[in-house]
Amino acid sequence: MTREAEFKEYVQGGGQVETGDWMPDEYRARLVKFIEMHGNSELMGVLPEREWILRAPTLQRKLALTAKVQDEVGHAQLIYRVVEDLGKPREQCLDDLVSGKSKFHNVFHYPTKTWGDVGVIAWLVDAAAIISQKALLKCSYAPYARIMKKICWEESFHILHGRDVVLTLVNGTDEQRGLVQDAIDRWWGPLMQFHGNPIAADSDPMVEWRIKSQANEDARQQFLDGYVPQIWELGLSVPDPALRKDDETEVWQYTEPDWDELKHVVTGHGPKSQERLDLRRRFRDQEAWVRQAVLADAA
Amino acid sequence: MSERAQRLLEIADDELVLGWRDSEWTGIAPFLEEDVAFSSIAQNEIGHARALYELAARDLDTTADELAFDRAPEEYRCAPFVELRLLDWADTIARRVLYEAADTIRLEALKADPDPELAGLAAKMDREEVYHRLHAEMWADRLRDEPRFRAAVDSLWGQALGVLEGELATVLADRMPAQLGWTPAQAAPAPRNGHSDGFRALWDEMTMVRRSIPGASW
Amino acid sequence: MIYEVFRQERKGQAFQHAGSITAPDDAFAEAYAREQYGRRQESVALWLVPRAALRHVSDFPDELQKSYHRVDGYSLKAKLKEARERAGTAAPRDR
Repeated sequence: MTREAEFKEYVQGGGQVETGDWMPDEYRARLVKFIEMHGNSELMGVLPEREWILRAPTLQRKLALTAKVQDEVGHAQLIYRVVEDLGKPREQCLDDLVSGKSKFHNVFHYPTKTWGDVGVIAWLVDAAAIISQKALLKCSYAPYARIMKKICWEESFHILHGRDVVLTLVNGTDEQRGLVQDAIDRWWGPLMQFHGNPIAADSDPMVEWRIKSQANEDARQQFLDGYVPQIWELGLSVPDPALRKDDETEVWQYTEPDWDELKHVVTGHGPKSQERLDLRRRFRDQEAWVRQAVLADAA
Repeated sequence: MSERAQRLLEIADDELVLGWRDSEWTGIAPFLEEDVAFSSIAQNEIGHARALYELAARDLDTTADELAFDRAPEEYRCAPFVELRLLDWADTIARRVLYEAADTIRLEALKADPDPELAGLAAKMDREEVYHRLHAEMWADRLRDEPRFRAAVDSLWGQALGVLEGELATVLADRMPAQLGWTPAQAAPAPRNGHSDGFRALWDEMTMVRRSIPGASW
Repeated sequence: MIYEVFRQERKGQAFQHAGSITAPDDAFAEAYAREQYGRRQESVALWLVPRAALRHVSDFPDELQKSYHRVDGYSLKAKLKEARERAGTAAPRDR
C-alpha cells in the first residue's frame, strides 16, 4: 500500500492528524484551501454587519451585535493561525483575499438593507453556518477540529440574539414585521445556495479525506428541518412555492437553487463583493505601517 | 435637571460617543488580535455609558435607552474630543491613550464622591478600565518613537484637556509628560460647549433605526 | 512571535492547551490572550509560553516486554487458587 493510501485508510478509520505529522500533498492543499476560505468568510462576514452596530436602536442590541461581530473576527484569527501552521502565512492569505485570488462564502457578497436583515442573518444565516461547523468537529485534522469546538461554543449566543431580534420585530408593529418578511424574501436564495450544490458523499474528495464529514445536501436538509418550521410558526412565509417536506421520503422538496448565481457570486461578482474587498484593501494598505511597527520583529 | 443627573449625562455621553467611534474600527483594525481587543474596549465604554444612563434615568424618570437615543443633538453633553471621526490608527490610538489618562483622573475623583451610588459605580468602571490602561500603555510604549503617533498626540492634546474641568485638567497636564515620555505641544483646552461639525452626522446614523418607527420596541 | 496559550477553566483543574496567538512581546501577548481566551470569563487563569520555549516530545518505545511495572503484568488468580487449596480455605467454587 502506498503511504498515501495508508494515510487515507487511517483518516477514514477515524485517525487524527496533527500539525507535524506527514500528510499527502493533496490533503494539505485541500485543507489549506478549505480552511482559508472559512477564515476569509468569517472576516468578510463582519462587513455586512458592522454598519448596523453603529445604527443599533438600543444599548443592549449595540452591545450584542458588537460582541457577535467581535466573535467573528476572533474566529478568523483562530482559523488563520491554523492555516499558518499548515504553511501559508496570514499576510499571504489576506493578500489573496483582497486581490480576489481566494474566495469567501456567497452570503457575504450581498447587501444588508434594514434592521430586519440583522435579525435574519443572525438567526438563519448563522444557523446555516453552524450546521456546517458542527460537522467539522469531526475533521481529521485535529488543530482545526479543536478550534471548531471553541467556535461552536461562541456561536451559540449568535442564534439566540438573532431569534430575539426577530421575535421582537414580529411582535411589534406591522412595519417591523414587514422588515423581517422582506429580509427573508431577499436572503432565501443565498441561504439555499449556501451549502453548495449536491455532491454525493462518496464522490466528494473532501469527505474521502475526512476533512468534511457531511454531504452538502444533508446540511441543507438539516437546515430546512430545523428552520422552516421556525419561520412558519411565526406566520412568516418562505418565497418558494415548491417548498414542502415529502411525507413519505421525509425529504424537503424545493425549487432548484441557481447554481450559476452561486458560482458568479463566489468568484467576486456579487452585488457587494468588490466594494467590500476595496474597503478591506484600503484599510490594510493604510495601516501597513502599524504592522511594520508592531509585528515586524514578531516574524 | 439635578446636578447629579447633569454630571452623569456628561460622562455617559462621553463614553457612549467614544464607544460609538471606537466601534467604527470593528473589522478594519490593523490586525485581527487588535480588532478583537479594541472591540472589547468599545463594548466596555458602551457598557459604562449604559450603567451611567441607568443611574441618571432613575433621577429623571425615564430609561437608559431614551437618554442614549431620544434626545435632540444639542442636548448631548459629550466633549468634542470624543466626537471626532478618527479613522487613522495613529490618531485613534493617540485618543485612546489621552482619554484613558483623563478618564483615570475623573474616575479617581468620582470614587471619592460622597454619593455612594456614584462612588460605587466609579469603582466598578475603574476595575474594568485596568485593561484599557494596559492596552493604552502597551501601544504608547510601542509607538513612542513613531513620528505619526507623536504628531497625533500633539494635535489632540488641547481636545483631551477639554474633557476635564479646572483642577482635574491641571492634574492631567502634570501627569501626561511622564506617561508619554515627552511633553506634548502647548495647547489651549477645548471647551465642552457645543458640538463638532461631525456630531450631527453621527447622531443621524446612531438614531436612524430608532427614529424610523418612533416608540417601537427593538 | 507565536505564543501557546494554556487555560484553566476552574480553580483546581489542570491547565489545558487552548490554542496560539501572534504577538510582538509579552505585554501584547497578555492583552490578546485575555481577549481570545477570557473575554467571556471562560477561564480563571492562563499560561502564555513562546512557542520556541516549548519542547515537543513523542515516540515512547516499548519493544521488550515491560509489563513488570504495570498492573497488566500480574495475573494472580491461579496462584491464589493453589494457595487456598493448600490452606484448606478454598471456597466451593474454587475446587
